[in-house]
Amino acid sequence: MAYRWGMVIDLDRCTGCEACVAACHAENNIATVGDAAAAQGRAMHWIRVERYWEGEFPNVRAWFRPIPCQQCDAAPCEPVCPTYASYHNADGLNAQVYNRCIGTRYCANACPYMGRYFNWFNPVWDKPLNLQLNPDVSVREAAVMEKCTFCIQRIKAAEIKAGMEKREIKDGEFSPACVQSCPAGAMVFGDLDNPDSEVSRLSRSVRGTKLLSEVGTFPKVTYLERESSRGDE
Amino acid sequence: MATNSIAPANVARLSDDRISHDLLHPVFHTSRRFYLIALLLTVPILAAIGAFLYQAYAGIGVAGITRPVFWGFYITNFVFWIGISHAGTLISAILRLANAGWRRPVTRCAEAITVFALVIGASFPVIHLGRPWLFFWLIPYPSERGIWPNFRSPLLWDFFAIGTYITGSLTFLLLPIIPDWATVRDKASGWRKRIYTVLALGWRGTPREWRRLEMGMRIMAVAIIPVAVSVHTIVSWDFAMAPVPMWHSTVFGPYFVAGAIFSGIAALIIAMAFLRKFLHLEEYLKPIHFDNLGKLLLLMSLLWIYFIFAERLTVWYGNQTSEMAAFWSIQRGKFAILFWTMVFCNFLIPFPILAIKKLRTIAGTVIASVTVVIGMWIERFLIIVPPLEHKYLPYAWGNYRPTWVEITITAGTFAAMALLYLLFVKFVPIISMWEFKAGQHVPPPSPERISALSPVQPGLQSTLPATDSEA
Repeated sequence: MAYRWGMVIDLDRCTGCEACVAACHAENNIATVGDAAAAQGRAMHWIRVERYWEGEFPNVRAWFRPIPCQQCDAAPCEPVCPTYASYHNADGLNAQVYNRCIGTRYCANACPYMGRYFNWFNPVWDKPLNLQLNPDVSVREAAVMEKCTFCIQRIKAAEIKAGMEKREIKDGEFSPACVQSCPAGAMVFGDLDNPDSEVSRLSRSVRGTKLLSEVGTFPKVTYLERESSRGDE
Repeated sequence: MATNSIAPANVARLSDDRISHDLLHPVFHTSRRFYLIALLLTVPILAAIGAFLYQAYAGIGVAGITRPVFWGFYITNFVFWIGISHAGTLISAILRLANAGWRRPVTRCAEAITVFALVIGASFPVIHLGRPWLFFWLIPYPSERGIWPNFRSPLLWDFFAIGTYITGSLTFLLLPIIPDWATVRDKASGWRKRIYTVLALGWRGTPREWRRLEMGMRIMAVAIIPVAVSVHTIVSWDFAMAPVPMWHSTVFGPYFVAGAIFSGIAALIIAMAFLRKFLHLEEYLKPIHFDNLGKLLLLMSLLWIYFIFAERLTVWYGNQTSEMAAFWSIQRGKFAILFWTMVFCNFLIPFPILAIKKLRTIAGTVIASVTVVIGMWIERFLIIVPPLEHKYLPYAWGNYRPTWVEITITAGTFAAMALLYLLFVKFVPIISMWEFKAGQHVPPPSPERISALSPVQPGLQSTLPATDSEA
């Protein structure tokens, strides 16, 4: 059974709390790089919350846009990889095979969303944090590219479980760490091919937009634009 | 057909013995200055090797590249050196096909630039890899991993384009060296004779051998031109294929090829000036050669300014938000100094020097060439870095600053180029002796006349001038 996993992010609900970022770090064994490297731009967050300011002082409003990998249907990162480290898997996800990556970094240049992160050095965890790594996710070594996987370990676990029980995965049966941890319920995850799923219903909303749709990447992440921004226009 | 190829450069005739004596001198005699220069050049090369090993050991993060500028100095150097390689083989092939008589002293030193610049350029994609020890995964071979490399990736096209170009230009360089190596063999003794006996591949100088050599060179000259053009087009596609603002441009193919030939000719002029000065080749590399190549450089300078104008005008007129960020950072942002230095180096300085006949002297063309080489390096840098700093989402913009690792490796490759060239001059007569001698004979002997000269003493045969009908 093939699925087409997708996500909807409601920008009106996002409070910018970054719980998704913290959850993602914990779930996916993402190393922290230290403040010097972070200032240089080398911080790794598979999902990041971009903060934008609107209006003139003192009437300033902040709004937020969480950006994970957009899991594009026509992903620019995939054809450029010479070793198939970046490839399209059967579920339509932009998968990354760490062991195949030789570190050309071409995929990261090609990605319009800057959704790819590079291990400039071997990751380090201060003791005892090295004991709390998620055993379901491989730890990446220096010089390989990594990115949001939509928590592929959870997808696979659910697929295997459903397969053994000879049934389809139910809508909302599982979700990636970011969706699970969002206190505002701003993120919804599910199968876009199932017309009854919440994610497919919301992605057809009139508020639904794709980020940088002009680049022609056909992302599987839909943003529900802010109602509040409409009145301003 | 052949007589019209005698250019004014060859008006003062030199005897065959004199030519052999002059051109073989650097091969047989090694001065103390040679060892000194070679030793000095190894210092930056060893430093560069050390820097690379350090980078491989510590992690690619010791270089200044960062997010979002994932490519920096290394890819700049890659494009720059592949560009430099375009002088030699391409110009030599065109001049051979056009049967331009003045080419004779120029071709070999041009072809050597191609081969060495290619070797250096091709090393950069490996140097820049995060895991350089796995570079061979780009090679399609049946492996235990059970997967082929991705033929859709421009990096793989690079691999094949550069591989083809190195093979072709090496053949093109070595073919016409064979008779000259045979000459060295015949004149040498001891260990030198043993080495050159192997290198000369048993060349005896029979008419049949000459005919085959000519045929081979004619085929190579025709074949190498499309290869050379395609190589830099494919290099440009490394950028043009990615949807990065200001990379994603259809003009990149011809723009890169023009820039490559431009910088290549400049490198050739500089190399020729060094050879003329240090090897005392005043009788061989004459002002007319610099004058002719200077005109070619002038043409390429005009072509370059046309291309950069066409590229920038369309971006500016199109006025896409994402592209304009990178555009303005180059035109009047933090890269503006580099941009205008580039325009000065590539056009405003060389154009008057090369356009005014009085200034188009040896010194003038060398000055223009030095500025062009500098300007073209900056051009490659400006193509790569500013667009990466300003991709679509402003939140992910960033800065690039090279570290000592990148600078050391960059400096080392210039020394490596000089050392490789120096060693080449030591092992090979840098001016093709038999071709130059052939150019001295009016009318040149036809193949029939050479065949009629039998029996010839074996020692003399290899120094026989060839016919002038070779392409």
